Amino acid sequence: MDDTILSLKTQLLEREREIAALKKKLHQMEQGNSMLTELQEKVTNLSPLISNVTLSNEDIMRYSRQLLLPELGVKGQVALSNVSVLVVGCGGLGCPLAQYLAAAGIGRLGLLDYDVVELSNLHRQVLHSEVTQGQPKALSAAQAIRRLNSTVQCVPYHLQLSRDNARQLIQQYPLMNYCSDNVPTRYLVNDACVLAGKPLVSASALRMEGQLTVYNYRGGPCYRCLFPSPPPPETVTNCSDGGVLGVVPGIMGCLQALEVLKIASGQGSSFEQQLLMFDGQEGRFRSIRLRSRQIECVVCGEKPTLTELQDYEQFCGSAATDKCRRLTLLTKEQRVSVQEYRAILDGSTPHLLLDVRPKVEVDICHLSTSINIPLASLEDKKAEHITLLKETISNLRQQTKSQVPVFVVCKLGNDSQKAVQLLEKMSGVETEQITVKDISGGLMAWAKNIDHSFPQY
Amino acid sequence: MAAPLGLHLEFGGGAELLFDGVKNHHVALPGQSDPWDMKQLLAWIRGNMLKERPELFMQGDTVRPGILVLINDADWELMGELEYQLQDQDNVVFISTLHGG
Ligand SMILES: [Zn+2]
Repeated sequence: MDDTILSLKTQLLEREREIAALKKKLHQMEQGNSMLTELQEKVTNLSPLISNVTLSNEDIMRYSRQLLLPELGVKGQVALSNVSVLVVGCGGLGCPLAQYLAAAGIGRLGLLDYDVVELSNLHRQVLHSEVTQGQPKALSAAQAIRRLNSTVQCVPYHLQLSRDNARQLIQQYPLMNYCSDNVPTRYLVNDACVLAGKPLVSASALRMEGQLTVYNYRGGPCYRCLFPSPPPPETVTNCSDGGVLGVVPGIMGCLQALEVLKIASGQGSSFEQQLLMFDGQEGRFRSIRLRSRQIECVVCGEKPTLTELQDYEQFCGSAATDKCRRLTLLTKEQRVSVQEYRAILDGSTPHLLLDVRPKVEVDICHLSTSINIPLASLEDKKAEHITLLKETISNLRQQTKSQVPVFVVCKLGNDSQKAVQLLEKMSGVETEQITVKDISGGLMAWAKNIDHSFPQY
Repeated sequence: MAAPLGLHLEFGGGAELLFDGVKNHHVALPGQSDPWDMKQLLAWIRGNMLKERPELFMQGDTVRPGILVLINDADWELMGELEYQLQDQDNVVFISTLHGG
């Protein structure tokens, strides 16, 4: 009799567990569906994640290889499924990060990016594809994630993080990742994390190098503790200026995923007061001991003076996008448009076209009539280049018998303006007999408006 | 009289572009009456290694914001920053923070 009761009770318990698992699955699928079709254009308050206490049979099968790790185990896996993680930036770092977090069974994944997918992203932003070109990156990433693991709730945000929406968004996510590429957003995310008391797993990558730190975690510093003042805008290089080998942010994004999984499953991170530097050229990882939290830090110190988010574009003197800055150093009279330059070419007016881009860019594409002297060589007054310049000018002077028109071109029309200023200051007979102007908008404007067959990069 | 010092200087994160793109430099500082400190080293770098546009590396007598200095694999804040007295064969790294993603 007692045995029968016990057996019935056990069976009942099993059925209840099954029903709970089915309900959970149904809820997840319903929520998952509606989440994905609804691209979030503004920050709203999401319903809280339903808390899991056990794993379903399907979960056990899916995560079996990592469940076998004593460091994770069932407890860690359940913890992962109860965590919401926000990924700020679905680019070269954010893509592999989101991919591994979803694969590992994170409960909810917020994917934020204001940009759309472009062909030049695909070498490193591996969740996007040829068919999602032109789509919001957040949506493109969420679709790829959904194909990988439909039990993860994906929330795509197609918006720019700002002082007005950051706190509302961040308070909904216990774990934050910084994968973006501009200085104002970096300070914004840092401050919002400190004010919300949340750790920030932050990485960056450029050219062949990467860096990773976990800020505001277990007594470690925040980003401001390390960098109280923003770098001068002219010293900041982003991927569209400096270039990046796709696999380098891939490596750093994977390391970010590892740290998130360690924190979310209760193991803790190894980087709260450490900076990991990766040099892909030399094949070297290096871990640096950083300062502790700074008492005088304006946001995380003993007497913080920054208690509300501020205007970060003003604080940093630069815009919160990776789009290239447009400098205006010259007057209108010192510049010609690509259309005006086209007319000069068509009229066969003798002139010098000086391309001031680095050689690596000239190798990608150039106008056949140009001579190349990189801006850096002009700045350093490299002898061989100055000689080349003077000889070319003096040959042209034989033909024109008057001032030699010099047109300076670069990729976008920023460096060309600096070069015009340099040439005007240059001494010597030859350089005194020139009228120098730059081509506004550079070769990319040429490709867009004059010659559609000219490559864009 | 402090003896001459041999140092290993490294530039990374793009800071090397101000030094002809070369990341690793072995330099010899001449002997002088007082021991060399970081402040003097920075002045020496500005005078002997930086050719153009020192404002991209320095601001006043220290490094510009956005450059992290590491002495023997530790944040220089832990070592006394500008006052740190350099030892023979010290390894000093200047790393520009990256802003790509
Ligand atoms: Zn701080």
